[in-house]
Amino acid sequence: MNLYRELIIDLYKNPVNKRSMPDAHITNSGANVTCGDRVRIYIKKDSEKITDLSFEGEGCAISIAAASLLTEEAKGVLLNDISDWGPHNIFEWLGTELGPARIKCGLLALETLQEAVKKIKQ
Amino acid sequence: MRSDFPLLQKQPELVYLDSAATSLKPQPVLDAMNEYYTGFSANIHRGLYDLSERATVAYEGARETVREFINAKQAHEIIFTRGTTEAINGLAQSWGRQFVREGDEILTTVLEHHSNLVPWQMLAREKKCALKHIDVNDDGTLREEQFLKLLSRQTRLLTITHVSNALGTIVPLRKIIQQAHAAGIKVLVDAAQSAPHMPLDVQYLDADFVVFSGHKMCGPTGIGVLYMKERVQEKLELPWHFGGGMIKEVHLKKSTFQKAPNKFEAGTPPIAEAIGLAAAMRYLQSIGMNKIRDHEKQLLHYALKTLGAIDGVQLYGPNNPAMQSGVLSFGIEGIHPHDIAEILNEDNIAVRAGHHCCMPLMERLNLPATVRASFYLYNTEQDIDRLAAGLRNVKKIFKS
Ligand SMILES: Cc1ncc(COP(=O)(O)O)c(C=O)c1O
Repeated sequence: MNLYRELIIDLYKNPVNKRSMPDAHITNSGANVTCGDRVRIYIKKDSEKITDLSFEGEGCAISIAAASLLTEEAKGVLLNDISDWGPHNIFEWLGTELGPARIKCGLLALETLQEAVKKIKQ
Repeated sequence: MRSDFPLLQKQPELVYLDSAATSLKPQPVLDAMNEYYTGFSANIHRGLYDLSERATVAYEGARETVREFINAKQAHEIIFTRGTTEAINGLAQSWGRQFVREGDEILTTVLEHHSNLVPWQMLAREKKCALKHIDVNDDGTLREEQFLKLLSRQTRLLTITHVSNALGTIVPLRKIIQQAHAAGIKVLVDAAQSAPHMPLDVQYLDADFVVFSGHKMCGPTGIGVLYMKERVQEKLELPWHFGGGMIKEVHLKKSTFQKAPNKFEAGTPPIAEAIGLAAAMRYLQSIGMNKIRDHEKQLLHYALKTLGAIDGVQLYGPNNPAMQSGVLSFGIEGIHPHDIAEILNEDNIAVRAGHHCCMPLMERLNLPATVRASFYLYNTEQDIDRLAAGLRNVKKIFKS
């Protein structure tokens, strides 16, 4: 029952930063087709760091909680640093590790953000 | 009877509700395969020694058991494959290549498992033929009236599931098959979800091709059946695999082939698996296919009542045991199916969550995913009570 701790359920029911951002500088979408998880990330930035971000989407508790936590953690972070993030960051924020069946849910928002950052750099 | 299944003996706490994906295996099946491996594990059709002779007799005996199980007229109408998927791909690559031309049409339904859709998409691309799909009603029953509307002079094949693996819908096939034949159209029936759960009589059904998998009917993985009517078989020039076992004469530049069924079974076949499948069929018959169907009907009736009484649970599909196999797809409002399945797993309840290899059907019904509980002969009303308790626990955790 480790996985469904209070924090994850609360963030699923009351996600933070879950809104569209019409004046975003860049947006990017990702999906786990097999689960039906979808996420769209909105980013505002200056020349080197993320100044604000939000997300929209639907999915399981893990994917929504992970997107909430990610959008909190990534505010003010250097664009260059985002690509260094990986599963261990997500596990730390969620307070639990994810097994092979659920890791894709947990990583969806992060991978979508990292893709967006790659686009910015190009 | 639960005592026949070693896995249930080893894990008495397990509530296994995923038999639509694959079934548990009873001891007689394991014994039959073990006997082959320890007693006469030789290759077939080749050796002139006793062991090979014995293996050949057992393998061809398995074919006869399958013939009897589905009431085919001739044993050579039974072709062993690796499973449903190989059988369908094989037909698309052999029958499809020979008989489907540019501008032709293949008719199917939105209920199909991906394995009865994608091979035909590939053929359609290669042959520049069209694929048309009979729609379903919102409860997952087939809109039969569309069949005649979609039928045209270009239609060559109707390929259709007998039972939906996602919703349990039983498709009434006999009339459709009669109509198809009246129009000169061949019919393939995907019986992966019917052969294990209800009596299947291929002569009564009168389809040209019937395919199913051993592992969903108490048999081993790696074996399946392609029933092909003799008259259709005779017109099919080439198989989809070539090699040893299926040839008559081979020269450096050209070869001739054997008659069915050998022609369609290139290479060393899954011998132990065929023997295991025959044991599974004998096991199912010893209980009785009518009895298994009745048992699952009763379980479904109980499940519809029990789960339907839980606030927030949405049941998908026909919701009618008379036209639904022991498959129940459902959701809980506001909770993702994967979360439901994961929490049920903590209670030792195995269910499936996702699109069940039916993405077009999910899209049609506007469902990103469902939770699916599927029953078999070893399930009990207690299993369903445990599932209901598990779902209440899910709701508690999600405070919904
Ligand atoms: C209706 C249906 N068709 C085809 C298949 C594919 O069977 P297999 O994976 O054994 O080839 C399945 C099993 O998942 C099924 O349920």
